[in-house]
Amino acid sequence: MSGFQATAGHGDPHSLGHGAAREHLPKHGGGHLVSKRIVTGYGFWIFLLSDIIMFSAFFATYAVLVGATADGPSGHDLFDLRNVGVETACLLLSSFTCGIASIGAMTHRSLWFYGAMTATFVLGAAFVGLELREFAGMIAQGNGPSRSAFLSAFFTLVGCHGMHVSLGLLWLLTMMAQVYAKGYRDDILRRILCFSLFWHALDIIWVGLFTVVYLMGVGQ
Amino acid sequence: MLGKLTWAAVPFDQPIPLIAAAMVGLVIFGVLVWVTVKGYLPYLWHEWITSVDHKRIGIMYTLLAMVMLLRGFSDAIMMRSQQAMAYRSEGYLPPEHYDQIFSAHGTLMIFFVAMPFVIGLMNFVVPLQLGARDVAFPTLNSVGFWLTATGALLVNISLVVGEFARTGWLPYPPLSELTYSPGVGVDYYLWSLEISGVGTLLSGVNLVTTVLKIHAPGMTYMRMPMFCWTTLAANLLIVAAFPILTATLAMLLLDRNLGFHFFTNTGGGNVMMFMNLIWAWGHPEVYILILPAFGIFSEVIATFSRKPLFGYRSMVMATMVICLLSFTVWLHHFFTMGAGADVNAIFGIASMIIAVPTGVKVFNWLFTMYGGRVVFTPPILWSIGFMVTFVIGGMTGVLLAVPPADFVLHNSLFLVAHFHNVIIGGVLFGAFAGYNYWFPKAFGFRLHEGLGKAAFWCWFIGFYLAFMPLYVVGLMGMTRRMQHYDVAAWRPWLLIAALGAAVILCGIILQIAQLTVSIRHREELRDETGDPWNGRSLEWATASPPPVFNFAVLPHIQGEDAYWDIKQRAIEQARLGDEPAYTEIEMPKNSPTGFICAFFATFMGFALIWHIWWLVAVGALGAFTTFVVFAWRDEDEYIIPADEVAKIDRANRSARREALVHLQPVQ
Repeated sequence: MSGFQATAGHGDPHSLGHGAAREHLPKHGGGHLVSKRIVTGYGFWIFLLSDIIMFSAFFATYAVLVGATADGPSGHDLFDLRNVGVETACLLLSSFTCGIASIGAMTHRSLWFYGAMTATFVLGAAFVGLELREFAGMIAQGNGPSRSAFLSAFFTLVGCHGMHVSLGLLWLLTMMAQVYAKGYRDDILRRILCFSLFWHALDIIWVGLFTVVYLMGVGQ
Repeated sequence: MLGKLTWAAVPFDQPIPLIAAAMVGLVIFGVLVWVTVKGYLPYLWHEWITSVDHKRIGIMYTLLAMVMLLRGFSDAIMMRSQQAMAYRSEGYLPPEHYDQIFSAHGTLMIFFVAMPFVIGLMNFVVPLQLGARDVAFPTLNSVGFWLTATGALLVNISLVVGEFARTGWLPYPPLSELTYSPGVGVDYYLWSLEISGVGTLLSGVNLVTTVLKIHAPGMTYMRMPMFCWTTLAANLLIVAAFPILTATLAMLLLDRNLGFHFFTNTGGGNVMMFMNLIWAWGHPEVYILILPAFGIFSEVIATFSRKPLFGYRSMVMATMVICLLSFTVWLHHFFTMGAGADVNAIFGIASMIIAVPTGVKVFNWLFTMYGGRVVFTPPILWSIGFMVTFVIGGMTGVLLAVPPADFVLHNSLFLVAHFHNVIIGGVLFGAFAGYNYWFPKAFGFRLHEGLGKAAFWCWFIGFYLAFMPLYVVGLMGMTRRMQHYDVAAWRPWLLIAALGAAVILCGIILQIAQLTVSIRHREELRDETGDPWNGRSLEWATASPPPVFNFAVLPHIQGEDAYWDIKQRAIEQARLGDEPAYTEIEMPKNSPTGFICAFFATFMGFALIWHIWWLVAVGALGAFTTFVVFAWRDEDEYIIPADEVAKIDRANRSARREALVHLQPVQ
């Protein structure tokens, strides 16, 4: 049975790799043969795949509608690569700090955990703020989502990602509060694992978005 | 304060929905009063509503499906009687009401009957068949169920507050856009499906993880019962297809509520994109429904033929091939849209190819029965009825997959006859087979056999009477969704179809009678051992109903037909296996999270439909708070002591020991 490990591996004192971090496999000959951490992470991956499929529907829509500008502006007229570059830097950096935060959580180093989570939050909030500023600027110029099918698709695809990041920020704060209140419990560590998977997945989607929407849009 | 909601939303001038709703309301009120007076409320709350036990949740899913079947079927009766009457007259249903009825009928039957029925059976059976204690995520399971119930509730609220969509079971734009459907009907449709769609997705994630990760020792993939395989395939499809539905409906919502231009006629919107997106979900959806039914038939036919399933490996292959191919045929739902001859040809051929693995399955079932000693119980009657009916439905499907033929038959009653042929003859017959087959496992007593057979024959004959005439009028040129007509030649066929619906009604009445009589005579129908059918898979290795932990000690699996092996060994040695060493068991604690979350989701959905923005905020905040409270709890498991486990298991072992005396070795 894959994922079955009788003991946490040697040479990996903090169980950072594959396997059960200081979590016992089911006692009493019952329960699941695979550790809860594996099952939870696995299930969350399946959820993330479904989320990525939802994004792919929006990507496909965008690709279909990108030319349907209804005599309005196209991406070439609207996108400011410098702004998007800063956004991208924020998000990619936040993935790095998120990785540090999860290592901090697994090794129970609070300074690293809280520090890196705070940094992740600040970077994520900066990303959302820059995106909102971009949206507000476009809407103020009369180029809101109801201007054309292209802009509908743009706001929906980018906005859906932005909403994911915003919900992620809420989740992040909840996890910080939870660690503060309850400590590094197994179930909380599993949630942090899921959170970091979520955060990294949003990065992957952003890379696609950056390329398909902004780079290809400006290069038109 | 209340957004668009005013007293004008209640249709005081339309007696039919009001009377229907009043009756439903009375029944619900009566049940609530009865439950409260009898003091069952705490029992319901602790044992069912907050339960995270996969068996309880599975039963509740199935119950929801059966109740909604009554609602969906009453819509069907209204449509059939309207068309029987409306020859050169208006009938008794005005067009705007008739349009709501066929829209609600399709929506309810697919999303709130067929889906919860198969999900309920998968939930109940799969962990038992895998030799597991529960699903991977028990609380999530409960959330999924209650969100599905929320969706069903919203659809039914539309009966009295406002209106339902008049746009058919799939709201094609531009008709469903705000310009042409200004009322709240389409919003009811969209929000109920968005909410229940989240529930379905959660359930899909849960079951995929369960099948792939949670097994008894030795239960390798190629030893899993067929139903587990079809569950895996169906839930992979849920995970891969439902997000597309969520996205598509979200786009239509944005069009309607915020003036976006995805599918509008103006601003560069693209109506054809909706057809592509909705069917990229819609065709896999067909297989989400039918694959679990295939699994049920595989279990039932093997059990009652007293033989292992013929061609297990080819069956697994066929299932997974269908799973894959189901994503390559969606365009055959709109050949007439004008994608061009080459595109149509490719999708036509793909649609015919998908019939091949299905054919493999039918032959496997036939060969399983061949040479077996078939016991004609209700489940196998449903299975044989399925094989005959489904093959006819499959053949008319292959006919529709030929683009030139489709140009003639598109949107005619021939199509309506075809998909009822496969959905009733496939999914519903499968669900009923599973209901009769696993009922004793769920409740500890069998269903009355005579009434079950009578119900089957009414459904079977009623189905042919109701739908074969629709093939004929379809070929004669009658399009679907007609509120009235003036072609004399159609009338006799529509009268026969109405008669068929009446015969199906008899079948439903007999099913209700079957359930009532069985409950009354439950002592005579009692299943003492937990193995009423001489079964082959693990669910029959435990008591009926199973204890909350399913298995006192997880079984060690040594081959396919896991329980059959254990049983044959016991019969040969004329004794049960040695009593295992019982240990304490940890089980997940109950949680009201699902129920409370759905409570808020209901308000949120209702508020979004009627634009009551403060209530939306309250609902969202409430749902989030519910999750935080859930995440804050300190204990999520409780311990069942070893003595208790031993006591429960010994009772079942002694029943089995007594039964063993009467069993003879096979072969």
